[in-house]
Amino acid sequence: MAIIEVEGLRKTYGDKPAADGVTFTVEEGEIFGILGPNGAGKTTIVECVEGLRIPDAGTVRVAGLDPVADHDRLTLLLGAQLQESELQAKLTVREALRLYAACYPDPADWRSLAERLGLDGSLETRFGKLSGGQKQRLFVALALLGNPRVVVLDELTTGLDPRARRDAWQLIEEVRDSGVTVLLVTHFMEEAQRLCDRVAVIDAGRVAALDTPAGLVSASTTSTVISFTPSRALDETELEALPEAASVENNDGRLVINGTDETVDAVLSMLARHRVTARQLRITDATLDDAYLDLTSASASTTATSAPATTGASSSSSASASASTGA
Amino acid sequence: MSATARTHNSTTAPATSTPGAHLAVLKAEARLFGREPGSIFWIVVFPTALLSILGLIPSFREPGAVPGGQRVIDLYVPVAVLLALITAGIQALPPVLTGYRERGVLRRMSTTPVRPAALLAAQIVLNGAAALGSAVLALTVGRIAFGVRLPEQPAGYVLALLLSMLSALALGAVITALSRTTKTAGVIGSLVYFPMMFCAGVWLPVQAMPQLLRDIVELTPFGAASQALAQATAGSWPSWSYLGVMALWTACTTGAAARWFRWE
Repeated sequence: MAIIEVEGLRKTYGDKPAADGVTFTVEEGEIFGILGPNGAGKTTIVECVEGLRIPDAGTVRVAGLDPVADHDRLTLLLGAQLQESELQAKLTVREALRLYAACYPDPADWRSLAERLGLDGSLETRFGKLSGGQKQRLFVALALLGNPRVVVLDELTTGLDPRARRDAWQLIEEVRDSGVTVLLVTHFMEEAQRLCDRVAVIDAGRVAALDTPAGLVSASTTSTVISFTPSRALDETELEALPEAASVENNDGRLVINGTDETVDAVLSMLARHRVTARQLRITDATLDDAYLDLTSASASTTATSAPATTGASSSSSASASASTGA
Repeated sequence: MSATARTHNSTTAPATSTPGAHLAVLKAEARLFGREPGSIFWIVVFPTALLSILGLIPSFREPGAVPGGQRVIDLYVPVAVLLALITAGIQALPPVLTGYRERGVLRRMSTTPVRPAALLAAQIVLNGAAALGSAVLALTVGRIAFGVRLPEQPAGYVLALLLSMLSALALGAVITALSRTTKTAGVIGSLVYFPMMFCAGVWLPVQAMPQLLRDIVELTPFGAASQALAQATAGSWPSWSYLGVMALWTACTTGAAARWFRWE
C-alpha cells in the first residue's frame, strides 16, 4: 500500500519551476530513490513531502495526511534528515539526542539508537567538532527518534569518504529492514543502484523515468556495451547496420558499440562470418550511470516541448541484461 | 523566498508537543548560553565593571556635580542597568537567532512536533533573564560599594525596567527579522547599538544633557527608560509619557519583527 502519494506537484521559484507536475507513489517498506542532477528539483520535492514547503499546485499525502495542514501529526510519523542543516555548534551529541527525544511524546530510546549508529563513543563531543560521517549518523539518529514510519534522507552521503558512505548504505538498509519506508535523495548512481527498490529520475523538475534500477538500465537504449579490437578493419556500413546499436565508436582501432543483447549476437555472428578475431573482447552491462545520462540528456533536449513521464512498471519487461562476459 | 516559508497554523493542527518539550528546549539553550563566555561577559559582567571603574574616580562620588545635587555615580547605576538590556537585546540576541535560521537549526526543529518558535522564545527568555540578572547585580554593587540608594518607588522601577527590557528585546527581534545573515545581523546590531547606548546615557547621562538634546533623546526607548528609572529611583512614579514612549516602541518593533521575520 502506498504510504507517500505525490500527484501533479508543482512548485515555482520566481519563473523557474523547481517541480513541474511531479507524480509518484512510494510503497510502504521500500527504499525509494529520487535521483537527478544538482538543481533538478529533488530537494524541493522532498521538502513538499516533509511539509516544509507549500506546493503551488498538486497534492501530497503521507499516510493520508496533508504535510502542510496536518504538519503536527505528520512529524509523528515522518523523520527527516535535511540537506545543509546543522545543529547548534556547542550542543553535544548526548544533549542533541536528549533534546530531540524530548520533542516526541513517545520517543525511541536514544541510548540504544546511539549505540546502533556507533555514536556511543562520541556522546560528549560537540556538534561542531564531529566529522562529516558522525554528523550524518547523528542526523539519521535524530530522524529515527520519533519512531517514524517514513524517513526522508536528503543527500545523506554527499561529502562522505567511500568508507563512511558504505557504512551509511548499510545503515539505510538496516533502517528499511526494521520496517521503515525510506525516501532517499541522491545524485550517486551507485548508491541508487545498490539501495533503491525503485527510482524516480528527476530532470528539470519532471519525472524523466520511474522504475527499478535494473528496469531503468534495460529500458535505456544502451543497456550493453561491447568493446573489442578487431584483427582487421570491419566494414563501416555493416557496423552501422547492426540491430539495436545505439552508437558505434572507433577509438584508434578499438570498437565500442552500445546496444542490446541482440546487438551482441549480431556482432558475434558478423565476426565469425568475416573470420575476424576480436581481441580483448569485453561485453558489459551498462550501469545506471549510462541509463541516467541517456534519460536526463533525452529529456533535457525535449523540455522545450513536453517531456512525457515514462512512469509505470516496465521492470519485468527485460529482467536479463546479460551477465558480464569476458572473452 | 518569502512565500515559501511554512506558515504555522495553530488553529487547525492539534498541539502534539508537550510543555515538557518546551522545557527541554529551554534547558538545552540555557546550557548553550552558558557556553558563550563572550555574551555572559558583555551582558552580565561588563555593565557592573564599568560602574565600578567610574565609582573608583573620587570626583564621581562627590555630591552636587550634576544638577539636582546628585553624584555622577548615582546617575550611572540606571545607565549600567540599561547597558545590560541593550547589550542582550541588540548585540547578543540577533546573531544567535539569525545563525539558527541561516544554519538550518530552525528547519531541523520544524521536522519535529516542537515548533521552531520554541527556540526563538528560549533565546529571548534567556537573554532577558541574563539582562535582568545583570541589572540586579548593578543595583546591588551600586548600593553596597558606592552607597547608591535603591529605587524608592520599587513597583514603578520594576515596571520601567520590564518595559525597557521589552523594548531592547523587540529591537533585537526586528534586527533579526531584517537581517538575512549572521554577518548582517552583527553589522546592523552594531549600528543600532552605539546610538542606543548614547540615548541611554552611557557617555553623558540623560539627566545631564542639554535641554534640546534631552527632549530628543526622551523620544527614544532608552532615553525614556533612563528618565523613568531615574524618577522611580528618586521615589516618584515614572511619567506615563516615558512609559508610553517605551510601550509604543515595543509595540511598533514587535509588529515590524512579526511582519518581516522569515523562517528561512
